[in-house]
Amino acid sequence: MRAFARLLDRLSLTHGRNAKLTLARDFLRETPDPDRGWALAALTGALVFQEAKPAAIRKAVEARMDPVLFAWSYDFVGDLAETVALAWPARPGANREPELSEVVDALRSASRREVQPLIEGWLDALDADGRWALLKLLTGGLRVGLSARLAKQAAADLGDVEVAEIEELWHALRPPYEDLFAWLEGRSERPSAEAPARFRPAMLAQAIDEASDFAKLDPADYAAEWKWDGIRVQAVSERGVRRLWSRTGEDISAAFPDVAQSLTFEGVIDGELLVIRDGRVAPFGDLQQRLNRKSADAKLMAAFPAGVRAYDLLMDGETDLRALPFRERRARLEAFVASAASPRIDLSPLQPFADWQALAALRADPPPGDARCAEGLMLKRWDSIYEPGRPRGPWFKWKRDPHLVDAVLMYAQRGHGKRSSFYSDYTFGVWREEEDGRRALTPVGKAYFGFTDEELKELDKFVRDNTVERFGPVRSVRADQDFGLVLEVAFEGLQRSTRHRSGLAMRFPRISRIRWDKPAREADELATLERMLEQLGA
Amino acid sequence: MRKAMIRPQDLLCQKPDGLYCPPGDFYVDPVRPVDRAVITHGHGDHARAGHRTVAATPETLAIMAARYGEAYAQTTRSLAYGETLDRDGVEVTLVPAGHILGSAQAVVRWKGLTIVVSGDYKRRRDPTCAPFEPFPCDVFVTEATFGLPVFRHPDDAGEIAKLLRSTEQFGGRCHLVGAYALGKAQRLIRLLREAGWRRPIYVHGAFERLNAVYASFGVDLGPLAPATGEGKQDLAGEIVLAPPSALADRWTRRFADPVAAFASGWMRVRARARQRGVELPLVISDHADWDELCATLAELAPGEVWVTHGREEALVRWARTHGLEAKALALAGYEDEED
Ligand SMILES: [Zn+2]
Ligand SMILES: [Zn+2]
Repeated sequence: MRAFARLLDRLSLTHGRNAKLTLARDFLRETPDPDRGWALAALTGALVFQEAKPAAIRKAVEARMDPVLFAWSYDFVGDLAETVALAWPARPGANREPELSEVVDALRSASRREVQPLIEGWLDALDADGRWALLKLLTGGLRVGLSARLAKQAAADLGDVEVAEIEELWHALRPPYEDLFAWLEGRSERPSAEAPARFRPAMLAQAIDEASDFAKLDPADYAAEWKWDGIRVQAVSERGVRRLWSRTGEDISAAFPDVAQSLTFEGVIDGELLVIRDGRVAPFGDLQQRLNRKSADAKLMAAFPAGVRAYDLLMDGETDLRALPFRERRARLEAFVASAASPRIDLSPLQPFADWQALAALRADPPPGDARCAEGLMLKRWDSIYEPGRPRGPWFKWKRDPHLVDAVLMYAQRGHGKRSSFYSDYTFGVWREEEDGRRALTPVGKAYFGFTDEELKELDKFVRDNTVERFGPVRSVRADQDFGLVLEVAFEGLQRSTRHRSGLAMRFPRISRIRWDKPAREADELATLERMLEQLGA
Repeated sequence: MRKAMIRPQDLLCQKPDGLYCPPGDFYVDPVRPVDRAVITHGHGDHARAGHRTVAATPETLAIMAARYGEAYAQTTRSLAYGETLDRDGVEVTLVPAGHILGSAQAVVRWKGLTIVVSGDYKRRRDPTCAPFEPFPCDVFVTEATFGLPVFRHPDDAGEIAKLLRSTEQFGGRCHLVGAYALGKAQRLIRLLREAGWRRPIYVHGAFERLNAVYASFGVDLGPLAPATGEGKQDLAGEIVLAPPSALADRWTRRFADPVAAFASGWMRVRARARQRGVELPLVISDHADWDELCATLAELAPGEVWVTHGREEALVRWARTHGLEAKALALAGYEDEED
């Protein structure tokens, strides 16, 4: 995101055509895939978001700072996105700066309810230029004075080809354009809409909003299946060319020759790449051993045997099935997988269900076996055609709940704006064994939402009643084996971090429940998070 | 007991010529010639020529002499940081303000009451001057040049990196950087040296005397070359510093297709950069940004805050909403539009 933000910043003040071209070309040369591709999509108008409404952004900033000071700032600056970008009172938390591709990905899969907290988390993590770029991207229209044509010219300059060649291909290209860059950098052939075993843009699912979507959906219209915890792939075999593509169109055949060789059919399967051992799905960490490699040796392949669990059929021989309804594609897929009879390809079974309650019960308590390590469920309309991108409605993903950890409140900080009279930012920790054998709390993150206004009042009272020390706007609260407040913290992911004493950073942490009932000594240990980290494969 | 009897305005009050101290009979940074002046730093809006006596740091006196000639005052009193001057029972001490070379806060003490007139200041590191020293006081007199929450200066090393990156990307063009002649120019040069730029830096003639003052106080500016030579020069890929006023005039025509850069806190706002035709804004300021202003008030927690110049209303509001008594003095004559 940083490089993209710098690019937009400079483009917005640069006049000369040549200077703009230099800036854009250097950016495309120096920024890795898939970020540069998403940037090219944004610059050419192929990437449009309408998720963020300026009014909601303004409300968010006014909840954090004195609205009068914000209004004066806005008067001075004259542009809402820029004012917010500059004045945004970032809260130091456990967030790291997102990459452009992460932003794109998260927005495409987030439900409407999740969008606002996501945006706020990013605004916290980015610097002023990054926030400005993000807000420009989210509120639609970059308007930095670089035409789509000029952006394509910059890409053409990168590969020393005529811009006309890119224009001719453009309709067949999809963001993040990895095939285009591979060609421009001389790593592969010129992409062609006709090449055998080419990548077909994938259809992706929208996250379901439990609160509002189910009421509007008829269970009879949908098929359900597990969302397996591997990576989504396209397994292609056409006219003797066999390839395995990631869902963003990255060719990963070289890392999975065992799978590529087993594509003894003529067609295109959409499925999940998994490590399957003795007929059972292995945890994601096993698959991780094989990702991001240029090749795989026999030992590795034997230790981590991979296969594809098929979800869908896009091509059956020469026949393009994408315009057929899912019901028909599914029937053909079942016959296709059966006749391919490959030991490395199996079928993702549909899960029949009577109503949403029954499906919820299945999701909450999957039967023993593979389903236990599925990420959740997929819902697909029986009549849905295979439509690239992430259309709203035909496909939903219904993930299992986020990771949870019970942590102990350690510090509280005064909030901003309307919350400035409350201690509303909470740093929490988990138990760790010190060198002397003592159990001590170590901070693992910071959260400032997830609770109701009523709960905020209770938390604030707890902080004031149990303050041990004050440091400016921060108070430390009593937290030991015998006394402390346990917070159930939900988060989306974990990663190693040298910035935090615990060595861990949480993604998107928020308070999911206040455990007034739970004794502090029974909160989780750092080892639990370490194990989660391992399972998450980081 | 005694302290309760004197009011701050008995020690320092607002007069048309600036802040005046009746018991000590002197002004701090007066805007017109006066009998006795204490000067916080050498910027033109604070240090004017024509006072009868001037007390200031040796650096500030040297800067005034360089700008106005040796006859800028009838007598001078050189006051090193920490040294105290007695003016009819009023003690005046200068402590570093971190703004530019020699910049000081005037600490004025009388009968147990302490007022600090901070002049202009910043809290972040500056390789060309001593860092700001917080001084406990009853009244803190602060500027508010960047007193709006949108002014939050980024790390200066990042801004310098932007400039260097641009010289790589646009190696065929000269980079013409506008910078305030006193303080900003020399700080920029030092920051460039710290970032590894060893080539000569080309400077406008207006900087020469001030650069010499800095050098005489031990600030190593490295190789400098005049950018005011005869005819058209080919300075492709080089960095040229010029005062902001020179950027808009004929002087720049000697450079073919320069990249117009400008180092100023105002560059934080894009519209300001656009107005000046700046292609490469460098957000580098010698003034405290919003966060520094607020943090300084919170740190000192003085009994009263007086805000002199800039965006007084916002800082006064912030101080009041954070439990500090505050008022705007709205002194005329101070302008930092070029910083
Ligand atoms: Zn100044
Ligand atoms: Zn000033």
